[in-house]
Amino acid sequence: MKSRIPVVLLACGSFNPITNMHLRLFEVARDHLHQTGMYQVIAGIISPVNDKYGKKDLVAARHRVAMARLALQTSDWIRVDPWESEQVQWLETVKVLRHHHRELLRSLPQKEGLDRGKAHPAAPTAVPELKLLCGADVLKTFQTPNLWKDAHIQEIVEKFGLVCVGRAGHDAERYILGLPILQKYQHNIHLAREPVQNEISATYIRRALSQGQSVKYLLPDAVIAYIKDHNLYTKDSSWKDNNT
Amino acid sequence: MENSEKTELVLLACGSFNPITNMHLRLFELAKDYMNGTVIKGIISPVGDAYKKKGLISAHHRVFMAQLATKNSEWVEVDTWESLQKEWVETAKVLRHHQEKLEASSCGNEQGSPVLERPGRKRKWAEQRQDFSQKKSLEPKTKGVPKVKLLCGADLLESFGVPNLWKSEDITQIVRDYGLICITRAGNDAQKFIYESDVLWKYQNNIHLVNEWITNDISSTKIRQALRRGQSIRYLVPDLVQEYIEKHDLYTSESEERNVGVILAPLQRNMAEANS
Repeated sequence: MKSRIPVVLLACGSFNPITNMHLRLFEVARDHLHQTGMYQVIAGIISPVNDKYGKKDLVAARHRVAMARLALQTSDWIRVDPWESEQVQWLETVKVLRHHHRELLRSLPQKEGLDRGKAHPAAPTAVPELKLLCGADVLKTFQTPNLWKDAHIQEIVEKFGLVCVGRAGHDAERYILGLPILQKYQHNIHLAREPVQNEISATYIRRALSQGQSVKYLLPDAVIAYIKDHNLYTKDSSWKDNNT
Repeated sequence: MENSEKTELVLLACGSFNPITNMHLRLFELAKDYMNGTVIKGIISPVGDAYKKKGLISAHHRVFMAQLATKNSEWVEVDTWESLQKEWVETAKVLRHHQEKLEASSCGNEQGSPVLERPGRKRKWAEQRQDFSQKKSLEPKTKGVPKVKLLCGADLLESFGVPNLWKSEDITQIVRDYGLICITRAGNDAQKFIYESDVLWKYQNNIHLVNEWITNDISSTKIRQALRRGQSIRYLVPDLVQEYIEKHDLYTSESEERNVGVILAPLQRNMAEANS
């Protein structure tokens, strides 16, 4: 059997709150990579951004991490990692990638420890690759002046790789063509197409919640219950402990 | 009529639900929010197998999945009457069935709580009188028998234009006697469609267009396609539904071939009647 390269998908973002769409990104990306015949996705990681990111309406990290955890209760391959959110300052995405890559290498079985009798289809002799998972909109932001360091973009696409989930796929292709550094490493940028148009923006969710409207079936029930229990995203601002 | 005495509404969604998806469930939530406190119940009525649509799997699976999907809903439930009929039933008849059911059991029932605990049970006249006088002492929040409204997407509205799919008297009856709550993304198209139809235009006050701001196009067709291709449908349908489909291997290339070459029941019936 041809051996596939093991892959771990890492998604960075606000997850404010996590939605079914975020969860879909992982499913679609995994299907896409498997379909190429070259990869075996072994894990997914959700890394909610640090509070110091300073984005408007960002709910405290402990809540965002807790909600992601609830959302992932029923997933057998995706987990949430609070490391990024627990740092004293905001971290560039490339640093989060480096951290998780180090952790990945550290967790590999030592050669002496390998049980020779077992068969592991994905058992690396190949080192797992860590790839950044994102929507096409993030790809577009690479063009925004001063948002990303050029060196970081290069490291992301050269050393790690990108899996970008888009709808039509055309937008993503255009963004790649628009940036020479992306073009150069486009073999390391995988464009996965989400067959079902499913744009559940967290911004909309927050607005609906503040207006007392239902968000059922857009996020997992457990997350909705958490939001209610902790009075998050309501009209009054008491939950915004980190703003400005 | 005072404003405080608003009619209670029951939303009825007819369709294949082949399978039910998060989008179907969203229709109910959007409609309920839009109608501002008057909706007391939602009913999912999966179509019977006699509908003969391509790829339509057995009603008992579709009903069961809808039940799994609404397990955690406090107000939306599944009704099997339509799916149990031997022949295909026109939507107008399904509406009428549910309205009559409400009328039969509704006298004296209070606001807010789900109306039907013992469906169809006829109440003694004395009981009704007593309930009625009890009701007067409570806040007169709602009045009269709840009304059934057809809940749908813009595709159903626009299907009114497909030749022989609907009887014109049924369309009239639906918009005149019941009313439509239509969830749509491109509100303009739906509005245009209403404008271009005499009967819809006449009863436009009975047609509510609700905007769905989130693009949430989880069509059952795409779900079935994803399943045939071994792709994940997680987070597009409730987890219990996804597990059920996987456990029973419900949607395959084979199942998609069901009813190929068979004429859809409404087309069959309407064309036959036209020719008779």
